[in-house]
Amino acid sequence: MRNLIYAIAFVAVLAWSAQLAQASEFVHISGGEFRSVIPEAEGDNLIAVDDFLVQDTPVTNAEFLRFVLHRPEWQRGSAVSLFVDDQYLATWAGPISLAPESGPQQPVTQVSWFAANAYCESKNARLPSWYEWEYLAAANGDMADARHLAEWRQDILSWYSQTGGDQIADVRSEPANYYQVFDTHKLVWEWVDDFNAFLVSGDNREQGGADQLQFCGAGAISMEEKENYAILMRVAMLSSLEARYTTRNLGFRCARQGGVRQ
Amino acid sequence: MRWLTIVVIALAMALAACQPQPAGIESGEANETDTGGSAAGDFGPPQGEPIMAVLTTAPNVPPPVNRDYPAKIIVDMEVRELDLEISEGVTYTFWTFGGSVPGNFIRVRQGDTVEFHLKNHPDSKMPHNIDLHAVTGPGGGASSSFTAPGHESVFSFKALNQGLFVYHCATAPVGMHIANGMYGLILVEPPEGLPPVDKEFYIMQGEFYTVGKYREKGHQPFDMQKAIEENATYVLFNGSEGALVGDKALKASVGDTVRLFVGNGGPNLVSSFHVIGEIFDKVYTEGGTRYQENVQTTLVPAGGSAMTEFRVEVPGTLIIVDHSIFRAFNKGALGMIKVDGDDNLPVYSGKEVDAVYLGDKVMAEELSLVSDVTQAELTGSATKEQRVNAGRVLYNGTCSVCHQQDGKGLAGVFPPLANSDYLMADKRRAIEVVLNGLTGPVTVNGSDFNSVMPPMSQLNDDEIANILTFALNSWGNEDGEVSSGDVAEVRAATERPQGAAH
Repeated sequence: MRNLIYAIAFVAVLAWSAQLAQASEFVHISGGEFRSVIPEAEGDNLIAVDDFLVQDTPVTNAEFLRFVLHRPEWQRGSAVSLFVDDQYLATWAGPISLAPESGPQQPVTQVSWFAANAYCESKNARLPSWYEWEYLAAANGDMADARHLAEWRQDILSWYSQTGGDQIADVRSEPANYYQVFDTHKLVWEWVDDFNAFLVSGDNREQGGADQLQFCGAGAISMEEKENYAILMRVAMLSSLEARYTTRNLGFRCARQGGVRQ
Repeated sequence: MRWLTIVVIALAMALAACQPQPAGIESGEANETDTGGSAAGDFGPPQGEPIMAVLTTAPNVPPPVNRDYPAKIIVDMEVRELDLEISEGVTYTFWTFGGSVPGNFIRVRQGDTVEFHLKNHPDSKMPHNIDLHAVTGPGGGASSSFTAPGHESVFSFKALNQGLFVYHCATAPVGMHIANGMYGLILVEPPEGLPPVDKEFYIMQGEFYTVGKYREKGHQPFDMQKAIEENATYVLFNGSEGALVGDKALKASVGDTVRLFVGNGGPNLVSSFHVIGEIFDKVYTEGGTRYQENVQTTLVPAGGSAMTEFRVEVPGTLIIVDHSIFRAFNKGALGMIKVDGDDNLPVYSGKEVDAVYLGDKVMAEELSLVSDVTQAELTGSATKEQRVNAGRVLYNGTCSVCHQQDGKGLAGVFPPLANSDYLMADKRRAIEVVLNGLTGPVTVNGSDFNSVMPPMSQLNDDEIANILTFALNSWGNEDGEVSSGDVAEVRAATERPQGAAH
């Protein structure tokens, strides 16, 4: 009986796979220097990013389903509670079945940092670093760094002005950016490898200025590019997380070290 | 005898040193009414069973604490991000403490230990936290309560200072979280409680910055640039233009003493809080311990509060405003207290409050006539009759002050609209006059006028169409209909005066 269910699930996944107009691909990003909202040291926010490869869409439910079919220890109900909270994959119908509100082409959400990490490792990859992600997401449709444009900011902020309870759109619903990468903004939040590096973890949060972002006003002192609210809010979101947390609007994409040019 | 005196003094000093006492007692006569501040606010560990806090939605206030010992109070509050109506036919995504703006009112006693549970609903997009100005300690609780969507944080504090305090979200960017409605009030009662009154209400002002202009229909996103420029689209009491008018007006009876707990969430503007037709018998300025008496208007800082008390002497409608007065009439900062009871003619001769102050709010019950036609407009099915009905409501709110309810105007000052040759001669000109105003000499029905009508730039195309259709079919006028398309066309074709709203 159990095998039968698995078999059905596999067939279903294969059917979805066949439907995929495009699976996500790793695309090459040429590195460079840019000004980050988070300085490496005080006053020094000029950051050098090496070449890297990154998935052109966030990981979808279909892709993540395939992963947990191969890796049952990451299925809902089996995953260790040290690594996932109790809302892990909660929008799915079951441990290996999706649901109408979490369709195959929607980005997977309700995944923890640990689960995202395990997925990327299975693809011989890793999560992007914050700087890689920020570099990638500075682009708009025709410019590598569009952050100075008021329209670019307002466009992103308007996503924040919608409630989060609605159905999440499929990946690739919006046009790609300058790097031919989709959905860096306005679809879901995304895990980054070093999400907890700008704020320290729970037990030493009261030391020094490490968690200044959480205080009224103090954040305004340590952040660079203060007017860049669109990115600042993403930093705030990431800094509220612990590695086992999952949320309704938080997904991820994977990256690889980028020695190889395509 | 001398030795005895010294011993007594030494004893007294020793006692003073080990008993917590209000600081004022030690520091002499000058401070004899000093409350002692936070140093005198700790009455020891909480006693008895923990108590679940009663949380209320504005304008309601929880009942007085009525307790003579320090307790542990559990506050259970959930952050929700919700689409709610900010004005008739206009929605906005509010971020809320407890599902409404302002957030739930919290009421505790000085010395209470508050165990705060902050939950962030799973559907939230944003992390949130809470900074309570009633907390003594860095960040006011903000760092301990930083909560991701779908999660919960718990922290405790002792309410050492009495007073009326603002709480707000302090997650970056702080201004945006506050601008979206994340604020409320916590009252820390003095140990003996507040003097009893007949009615208590909770009113909190805040301003909103939307991409569309005031009353532009549909869903309106937050406008960061307007917020930075402090150019508010709406200034509101209790988070919505309709929150305190019509059926939702506050109610009191002649002879009642009314206490208003007034907060100002900001994020930017300071409130000149005033109640038209009342004088505050007492104002606990800035939500503190002392009161000033016989006050007309009190300043409420952004991130601050005030408690006002007054006895209502005569029936009628009292109008709550921010007396930075364009905010009241053009941005929505207006509420009402309806007082019932018998006339008291020696005190006040009894004329109902002037329509100038009420504007279209007096017709709040009839606002549905306006929204009906707005809906119909969307489907292209608006009828002339609907326009006339909606236009009457809008006319009475906006135009009747000058042109008079009967359309006859005032001789020599405001031209008539009733049986008006000027109005009826040229529909397009009529639209232009409403849109752009009219300055200089005109002749209407044989009489000369030479004054100024300001551009009605707060009105949208729908509203102008309805008002003009009403005017073209009232008081003996019998001709014509103006559609919002007609207005849009004129609006697009006219060079607008510098400074008129977009």
